[in-house]
Formats: sequence, C-alpha cells, structure tokens
Amino acid sequence: MRKVVRGFYAIAEAVRLSKPNVIAAYPITPQTEIVENLAEMYANGELGDAEYVTAESEFGAASMVLGASAAGARAFTATSSQGLLLMSEVLYNAAGMRLPIVLVIANRSVSAPLSIWNDIQDSISIRDAGIIQLYVESNQEAHDMIPLAFKVAENRDVLLPFMVCVDGFKLTHAYEPVDLLDQETVDKFLPPYNPVVKLDVNNPVAMGCYAPPPYYMEFRVAMEYAMERASKVMLQEFKKWYKLTGRDWGGHVVAENCEDAEVVVVAMGSVVPLVREVISRMRQDGKRVGMLKIRTYRPFPSREIRKALKNAGKIIVIERALSIGAEPPVTADVKSALFGLNSEVYPVVTGLGGRDIPRELVERIIEDVMKGKIKPEKRYEGLNEFEEVIP
Amino acid sequence: MAKMKLYIGASSPAMSSEMKTGDWGTELAYIDKEKCIACGQCITFCPEPATSMVEEGDKKYAVVDHDYCKGCWICFTVCPVDAIEMKTKEIYKVEVC
Amino acid sequence: MNYFGPGHGACPGCGFPIAIRGAIEVLDGKVIAVNSTGCLEIVSSMYGRNTWGVPYIHSLFENAGAVAAGIETALRAMKRDNEAHVVVFAGDGATFDIGIGTLSGMMDRDHNVIYICYDNEAYQNTGNQQSMATPPGANTTTTPVGKLKPGKTGRKKDMVEIAVAHGVPYAASASIAYPKDFQRKVKRAAEFEGSKYIQVHAPCVTGWGIDGKLTVEVSKLAVETGLYPLVEYEYGKLVKVKKLKQRKPVEEYLKIQRRFRHLFKHEMGKEILEQLQKIADENAEKYGLDA
Ligand SMILES: Cc1ncc(C[n+]2csc(CCOP(=O)(O)OP(=O)(O)O)c2C)c(N)n1
Ligand code: SF4
Ligand code: SF4
Ligand SMILES: [Mg+2]
Repeated sequence: MRKVVRGFYAIAEAVRLSKPNVIAAYPITPQTEIVENLAEMYANGELGDAEYVTAESEFGAASMVLGASAAGARAFTATSSQGLLLMSEVLYNAAGMRLPIVLVIANRSVSAPLSIWNDIQDSISIRDAGIIQLYVESNQEAHDMIPLAFKVAENRDVLLPFMVCVDGFKLTHAYEPVDLLDQETVDKFLPPYNPVVKLDVNNPVAMGCYAPPPYYMEFRVAMEYAMERASKVMLQEFKKWYKLTGRDWGGHVVAENCEDAEVVVVAMGSVVPLVREVISRMRQDGKRVGMLKIRTYRPFPSREIRKALKNAGKIIVIERALSIGAEPPVTADVKSALFGLNSEVYPVVTGLGGRDIPRELVERIIEDVMKGKIKPEKRYEGLNEFEEVIP
Repeated sequence: MAKMKLYIGASSPAMSSEMKTGDWGTELAYIDKEKCIACGQCITFCPEPATSMVEEGDKKYAVVDHDYCKGCWICFTVCPVDAIEMKTKEIYKVEVC
Repeated sequence: MNYFGPGHGACPGCGFPIAIRGAIEVLDGKVIAVNSTGCLEIVSSMYGRNTWGVPYIHSLFENAGAVAAGIETALRAMKRDNEAHVVVFAGDGATFDIGIGTLSGMMDRDHNVIYICYDNEAYQNTGNQQSMATPPGANTTTTPVGKLKPGKTGRKKDMVEIAVAHGVPYAASASIAYPKDFQRKVKRAAEFEGSKYIQVHAPCVTGWGIDGKLTVEVSKLAVETGLYPLVEYEYGKLVKVKKLKQRKPVEEYLKIQRRFRHLFKHEMGKEILEQLQKIADENAEKYGLDA
C-alpha cells in the first residue's frame, strides 16, 4: 500500500511487521518518534505478543535486548548519537555473544558541542564492534531493510547484530511516499526466530563466558569470519527481497554511471539522491561523471568498490563524519579498497551537525576536480572561516 | 592437530567438574563416620561442594570427596559433634631432622 | 545433578558459593542465573570450565539488572515465564556502585526477578578496592591506611532501604552464617510477583584478611554485633528481624580481620571504632535488634 508517511512511521511499521518479541528503548532526538510510534502500537494492542519496555537509559535498553535475545527472543532497539555511545559497551558485548539484535540508528552528530542535527559520526564511531551496518537513502529503503536485517542477523552463518542507519530528521522526519509492506509479504520472507543457543532450563548452557588467552583470539576471529559470511548472505537476501517485492536495492554498493566515468562521487545515506541528481544533470551535459552509493559499510565491500571504481581516475568521497587526527573514515576504507590502483581520492568533509549540503557545492567540487583545480587531500566544504579563541 | 571446537559466542555447557580442585589445599577434611550424626551442616556450608551424604544400611553419614576438597576448614568449624578432622596431605608433611 | 560446582575456582573458604548454591537448591534448580563481572563470574565461567548446572549469562559489570529484566520480559512475551525464576547474582560493586542504575530501572518497572547481591564489601575480583558497601575503617587498596587516613571514611550505603524505597514487594538482608534463613528468604522472595532484593553478607578471605576457619564465625559476628542486621521487608513493611540476645561489641568482629587491624593502633582508629559502634547501636535502635 503506497502512502505518504514520515520516516519514523515507516520504520516503526516495518518493526511491527517483523514481529519482534521484545522492544526496549530510551528516547532521544531524532529517534524518539520511532519508539513513540512503537509504544503507541503496543498500547493499542497492535504489536501482537511483543513486549515494549521503556528503559532507564540506552545502556539499560541495550542490556535488555541483549538479555531478551539470549533468552531466545527476537529483539529490537533504536537510538541516536549520545544514546548509541552510551550503548556501545553493551553492543560490543552483544556482538561478541553473537546475538542477532536489530537496531535502527537515527543518525545524529555527537556532543560536544551538543547538536541534535544530522551527520553519521555516531554509528561510524562504533564501526569496529562487529555489527553489520547498512546506510539507507530513503524511507522506503529503511522500511524494506528492517525485515531484511532480522533475516540476515538471525542466519546461522551470521549471528551478529544488524544496524540500519537512517539519517536523523533528513529521513526520519521527512514525508515520503512509501510502499508499506503487508504482513503476508513479510511473513513469507522472515520466518520466526529459531535461536541456536538460548537460556533454557531444559538445556542449560553458560553464555558470556570469559576466554583466557588460548581461546580469546579464536572467538574474535570467528566474528570476522561471520562478517565475511554475512556479506554473501546479504547479497542472497537482497535478491530474494527483489523477487518478492519488485524493489531492487542493489548489492552492497550501487554504481551509477561509473563504467566510463572520469570522476566518481562516493556517498552514503541521505545525500545519495542529491548526488544522483547532480550526476544525471552533468551527464546530460556530456560530462563523464558517476556515483557510487555505499549501502553496506560493515562488512566493508572492498571488492565491489574496487571493481566499480577501477576505471575512475578521480574519486570524491563525501564524508559526514571525522576520525579526528586521521583520514576521514570512509576515505580510509575506500583508499584501502583501491590500494595499488592509480586513482586519486578527494575526501570532502561536509554536512557535519546538520549543515546543509547544497547542490551547488556538490557540482562545484566535481567541476573543480575535473579541472584539476583542487588537490586529492582532505578538505572541508561549507565551512566558515574561523579563528579559535583561547583566552 | 585436531581443530579447536568453539561454542558460538563463548557459550559453554557445564563442565567444571573436570577441574579437580582437591589439589589446591595443603589439607583435606576427613569425616569420622562413627561420630557423624548426619546433621548436614557440612553439606550446607561446604563452598565447593565436596561433601555429600551417603547411606549404608540404616547408617547415614557425610563423606568428603577429596577430588574437590580445598581444605578450607569451614566444615570443621560448623560440625556440631567434632566429627571432622583436618589432615595435612602427605606431600606437605616436612620431616624435621 | 549439581547446580553450582564442584570445580569452581573460588578461594578456599570463600563465602559466596554457600549462598549461590543455597539459592539455586532452594528454588529446585528452576533458575536462569544472571551474573555481573566479578569474583563469582571469574571463578565460575571460564570458557570450557563452566560450573553452572543451570542456564547462566554474564554480560557486563554494570548491567545485570537490565539483562535480567530483558530475559524476564522475553520469557513473558514468549509465554515461557513458568519455566524458571530469573535470579541475579551480583557483587556489591556491581550492585551498590556501577550497576545501581540498571537495578533501579529493573525495580522501578517491577520486573519479576530475584536480585541477590552477594556482599563481600569491596571489589574483590580486582584485588580489594573500596565500594559503597565497604564499611568505614576498612583498609582497601583504594582507601589505604596511611599516616593521615584510617582506611575508608564515610558510611556503608543502605541498599536494602534503597530497594524498599522503590516499592518492591520484598527486600531482605541475610548472611552466609545463617544459610537456612537465607534459603527461607529466597523461597519467600519467589512467592512474590515483581522485583525482589536480597543482600547476603559473604566474607572474602583474601580481602578481609581471614582464613576459612573464620569465614562462618566472622559473618556470624557481623550479625551479632548489629553491624549487619538481618531484616525482612514485605511491601515496604518491616516484617521480621533477627533478634540478638546479647549484642556483642563491634571490636569482637573487627579485631579478627586484617582489614580492620590498624584501627586498634591508628591515631584516628578510636574515632572510627566509635563510629562503627554507633552504626551498630543505631541499627539496634532502628530495627529493635536487642531481644
Ligand atoms: C565498566 C567496568 N569497569 C571496571 C571493571 C573492572 N572490574 C571488574 S570486576 C570489578 C569489581 C567487582 O566487584 P564486585 O561487584 O563487588 O564483585 P566481587 O569481585 O567483589 O565479587 C571491577 C572493578 C569492569 N569489568 N568493567
Ligand atoms: S574443608 Fe572446606 S572444601 Fe573441604 S570438605 Fe570441608 S568445607 Fe568442603
Ligand atoms: S577473592 Fe574473595 S570473594 Fe573472590 S573468590 Fe577469593 S575469597 Fe571469594
Ligand atoms: Mg564485592
């Protein structure tokens, strides 16, 4: 059913259709409306047998979904920014315990200074936790990726948490037409959760044991292998999703106009539609430009990226997070994927803390790169000139 | 070499009884079955537990499993009839000459 | 079938295993155990050496309350809530200090969980650092005795009262010196729907500076001096206390433990001894301990 809805509703509705057993969350802007919608569904008896709990903190919410998942439940939570950072100790733990929790991150910048507006510093900051991360460009994609996230996370070859990253406000609060799924379709795709290990008096096991040096490393490397398997499982599930719904979101990356492009712009999340629009106009003007959308950020699709970018001499990476003191995060990963190729990479840091990314800015950068006017090194765009006052 | 078996996420079935912690201490508890009144105090209090109750005909008494006795003296202190004796293990008996 | 041990790695004479096994046995093994990081966790859950005969989970130092709440919620959602009691076993550091937030959340939402804090009065797993459960005067590695300092200053936090203030249906203190009383309390707790809090005093041989010969005696003395009153609340009402026929002076309890030995020589020792006696007297007054 196609409807114009706001992002948070599209997300909450997809969570409902995925039939979780336990939802635990704590409100934070801009995630709040997602959990408010779920709370309302719960209050109206629309969540089936699911239990919805408002925790005392995000730390508590994450710990609750961890416990619920260990007990064999399908568990969901959502958060943003400070909330995600507060969850981080639990999330590393949940990943190590191989619990297939699904989270939605309504992406928001991190404090200080406090800002409620969008960038992707929050989820980028916990990219090493062993959690699958997928960034969406629209509310339709967010809606579709939630059942898929459960399916992939719960696959016995994977068993890792899955994080669907949705740009705060820009998507979560935007009105967009969304083809809302129905229960029958979701049920066809997503079977009930069948845990491989759970807390069960009839078959007692200890979960969360500590591992001395003869074991620890193997457990951590096992997570790495699971991530590698997740990469394959995701591709299979993307295909099944397409067959079922007719919506093709592509693979881990989506390359548009890349084959013959001199310049390719790499983008993630809600800037993708803007970049796409710029690229298609420039194409009409006969410019050889392309776009690479990275959907899956963990597992990082190095092979796919290398393949898509092998002919592009110049690559612009739109960075909406920093790794302060080092190369911006996506650039570092893209460069490692391109290692040994002769490409030039232009990291463009922009849009932090909700700063607008105007179309002209994207156009200008592409033009400048084509004309050789700027160097392949980190630059900040949309930044005011400033002087730090240290009294 | 055989491959290591890793239960997912460091989960593990119960298996600590393979740990014979009876070799930790320098002493072991011995219960005199004649004196024992089968009150169960040593069983309630043994932290390991290394103590258990056995029945022999109509005689009931507590015994110590030396595979797990750490020689902590707790049972000794709670036995109401002084039926428990702590004995130094042979290897810790130093001959003074 | 053993529910806890043998073969765990607790120090010889350690107090808490008596409580852990006692609690699970009195609940007939119908237990899902949730444990915080600490001595209990380290001695019982090394990979490949799991000592638990019941389902067990350890997540972090400070989230046992929330993990238990999540498990309880899940069991309810999946209609498995008759399978087992969700029982937390957490240290005093995990309970009084770093995990009080998640415990408070659990009690506030009144999850059907029995939360048992084994109180060895410091962070013992990491080598005897103070917690808010450490009594005044105790020598710990973070409240060391020095020329100017007589060990810990300040008071031991009253967690039982904090639990009661949450409006939980049942809260009690207990001691490993009285295992039958402890077991009765666990069983009683299991009869209530909602969050139950039980705090059980459990000596640590290394941290307190005693040996196994004294484990039971020392915990008994804590009760008999009035420093560790055994109390029981139902729906906020004090329903039972362990009366003391002849309350003993606190020195009797303190002098046999290395962690308090300095109090008898230190310049500020007398002041602390008086403070401790005052705490015992106040407990006696508040709970009517003196028979
Ligand atoms: C977040 C965090 N901080 C610190 C630690 C280190 N740590 C592990 S156990 C522990 C103390 C545990 O004390 P308590 O809860 O009283 O249990 P005990 O060891 O005394 O039985 C500490 C400080 C940790 N594991 N996690
Ligand atoms: S000495 Fe300690 S470990 Fe040995 S049987 Fe007695 S109580 Fe148990
Ligand atoms: S250090 Fe203390 S609390 Fe920890 S196992 Fe040893 S005696 Fe028990
Ligand atoms: Mg402690």
